Amino acid sequence: MLNSLLALAQQPRIAPTEGDFWFPPQASSFASKIDSDYYFIYWVSAFFVLVIAGVLVLFTLKYHSKKNPKAERTSTHNTPLELAWSILPGIVLLYMFVLGFEGYTDLRTPPSNAVNVDVTAQKWAWTFTYPNGVVHDELHVEKDQPIQLTLSSVDVLHSFWVAAFRTKMDAVPGRYTKLWFTPTMTGEFWAQCTEYCGTNHSNMRAKVVVHEPGGLAKWLAVEGDPHGGGRTPAQAGEKIYKIQGCAACHTLDGSKLTGPSFKGLFGRQEQMLDGSTITADENYIRESILNPQAKIVSGYGPVSAMPTFQGRVKDNDIAALIAFLRTVK
Amino acid sequence: MSSTTATHAPPQAGVNYLNARRGLLSWVFTLDHKRIGIMYLVGVMGAFLLGGVFALKLRTELLTVGKTIMDADTYNQAFTLHGAVMVFLFIIPGIPAALGNFCLPLMLGAKDVAFPRLNLMSFHLWMFGAIFFVIVLLTGGLDTGWTFYTPYSTTTTTSVIWAVMGAFILGFSSIFTGLNFIVTIHKMRPPGMTFFKMPLFLWGLYATALIQILATPVLGITLLLLAIERAFKLGIFDATLGGDPVLFQHFFWFYSHPAVYIMILPAFAVISELIAVHSRKEIFGYKFIGLSSVAIAVIGFVVWGHHMFVSGQSQMASIVFSFLTFFVAIPSAIKVFNWLATLYKGSIRINTPMLYALGFIWLFTIGGVTGLFLSTMSTDVHLHDTYFVVAHFHYVMVAGTLWGFLGGLHHWWPKITGKMYHDGVGMFASITAFIGFNLTFFPQFIMGTRGMPRRYYDYLEEFQFLHVLSTVGAYVLAVGLFMVLFLLIHSLMKGKKAPDNPWGAASLEWQTATPPITENFHETPKAGNPYAVYDFEYDPQTGDYKRVAFSDATH
Repeated sequence: MLNSLLALAQQPRIAPTEGDFWFPPQASSFASKIDSDYYFIYWVSAFFVLVIAGVLVLFTLKYHSKKNPKAERTSTHNTPLELAWSILPGIVLLYMFVLGFEGYTDLRTPPSNAVNVDVTAQKWAWTFTYPNGVVHDELHVEKDQPIQLTLSSVDVLHSFWVAAFRTKMDAVPGRYTKLWFTPTMTGEFWAQCTEYCGTNHSNMRAKVVVHEPGGLAKWLAVEGDPHGGGRTPAQAGEKIYKIQGCAACHTLDGSKLTGPSFKGLFGRQEQMLDGSTITADENYIRESILNPQAKIVSGYGPVSAMPTFQGRVKDNDIAALIAFLRTVK
Repeated sequence: MSSTTATHAPPQAGVNYLNARRGLLSWVFTLDHKRIGIMYLVGVMGAFLLGGVFALKLRTELLTVGKTIMDADTYNQAFTLHGAVMVFLFIIPGIPAALGNFCLPLMLGAKDVAFPRLNLMSFHLWMFGAIFFVIVLLTGGLDTGWTFYTPYSTTTTTSVIWAVMGAFILGFSSIFTGLNFIVTIHKMRPPGMTFFKMPLFLWGLYATALIQILATPVLGITLLLLAIERAFKLGIFDATLGGDPVLFQHFFWFYSHPAVYIMILPAFAVISELIAVHSRKEIFGYKFIGLSSVAIAVIGFVVWGHHMFVSGQSQMASIVFSFLTFFVAIPSAIKVFNWLATLYKGSIRINTPMLYALGFIWLFTIGGVTGLFLSTMSTDVHLHDTYFVVAHFHYVMVAGTLWGFLGGLHHWWPKITGKMYHDGVGMFASITAFIGFNLTFFPQFIMGTRGMPRRYYDYLEEFQFLHVLSTVGAYVLAVGLFMVLFLLIHSLMKGKKAPDNPWGAASLEWQTATPPITENFHETPKAGNPYAVYDFEYDPQTGDYKRVAFSDATH
């Protein structure tokens, strides 16, 4: 309950937007084609299910043993008939394959004008690196601009899915995978993790915001640099805390998730797993960010689930985080 | 053969395989396939109960957004153990090892399987593997999902090694059973029974056994590699050690997709028996049904990559796997059409086994057609790893295997136990379970398409209504299944004595005493047409069917 409340508090709810009985809204250029493939299969399936169920019920009623006490010996096989009901559905199946093939080729072939955004998956957060170097926990894009995402994972398998875009790709440690889409509707959508990744798998969501053309530059100017915009180091640190996904495991209200809460942490004496006691000072915080396995707090572990942030955060980011932690009392 | 009824007047009246020997050890170390079948039956039903308790815990947790009764880690363990227990301990051994063990030698008119000691060893290995899973439960659980995907499974702190060793051992149990069945079918058919005169249940078991011995070793090796990687940090699947996580998925599904057919082929085969016997008709299209089992087994080996369209597997591989996957649909459809043709102009008896068979056709058809959405690549990319997939494979594996298992259990129950059960209660339980099942899983198709990923502890509010429907359905299903349990226990204690051939079936297992003697038959019976139900006439005085003619197979 706490996890979900926390997630609610951190991420404003997105109202379920339009869509039909089966589908969420069609917000990418793929959606109408994929939905029509789906409905083709749906109606073929409905036809066969209804015919089979109809015949089943009809025969069961008509030839019920009370009505028909003696079975009639009909022929036990009929090769032309059996070949017909093997081959004719086969043709429909072949057509389904072709539909899927076309759609899949499209899903896997980004156009040359697609803008690349790097996506890093970790337990349990997504971070997005924009072409200008901005790093953020939300994916902001513009309507009608093709986007290519280059996915990687720092720990286990994850999978990036935006249901409204109808596309999905695994993030695999040790390799890069790609996914692309062209948003066709402005608004806010969820990207969800669909490859099981542990404790907070179900809250590993990122907000995807589709702006009108030109809107992205404005957003980047305001939100792009956590240190900019006249923010104090502590305010910058708070932004970095969200952007880098720290919030997935470290709360600010004292409740315990996968990692210790940051509430009142700075300057406190902490009991370590190996029995020693240390003070949570600047050096300890820096070391924990760059080498999470070095010191594990008693009650956690034995191995930290946290990936290293070596190379992912800069010195001024760490300084800002420390400044922020000083304020979390 | 027409003299069987006369010859089975036993030298010692009332002695059968159940009471010939007494005491616990006479069961634990028995070589009798029928007793081994019963021990499996008790074992797999125990496993099913355990897996079912996990399922109910999961559904209860999902009643509300956020925490309902357990925290996220407990939930992750519960869905893992639900899947692992159901797959490895119930669905895979369910029909072949329990019902198959009991029926196969009887259907062949044989005394036992080819290797009775190996058969007993299979069961002991099953118990041993099951103990490993109990150890997992007691030593920190398991939270990897039943699929053990790396690198999660090589980095989690839960009892992965115990679990994979358990599955490894269960794999050998499965391989030995398959081997035994193949040899038995090849070498021990009675005079007059060619391959094309076997009951279709044996065709199903034969095709299943082929997969068991060819695919299961790959699972064994894969799980061993996983254990070695975990224990000794050898880089095979873990990228940080230089391995490749996608390789694990290839290895895993190379077994686990064919394993889907280990689960469903025996159920198909049970349904073929049930439909023919209870509609009083010879099965329609015998050869197409029998050969379609083998076709499914063979094609099933080359479609595993359809689990990996979004895994990072090459596009070319995905396209080929999608194409091949559609071919599995054809033999599955053939069976459904043939069953319907069998019903035509029959004299359909609506009783408990038949209700399961008819329910199976409806449920499996839905499970089958929803597979088309997942073999079509464009729609699969959207639906992969959502509740749509959860609903699809439950329609195939639960509705398929469980309905086949329960239908078969009610069908052969009189032969196994010598007791009848209350048919009205049996039908009521079957209908209750059927309604509960559809209520549980149909809403999940909608949820998945609308955007609900699987293996989620928590979910967005918009999905709550469908989750509540699904949970209510699960309770209804549970009520139906508990009714089955009480029905069968009641039958054991108070059931009427069963006649030798209460359904008027023509296959050999019904042509001996009920319950059979330890040696099954006093003399090797002559095999005729296993579907010549018209050779039998009901005798209202004894409630038994009497043979009035003998027809040879015409296939």
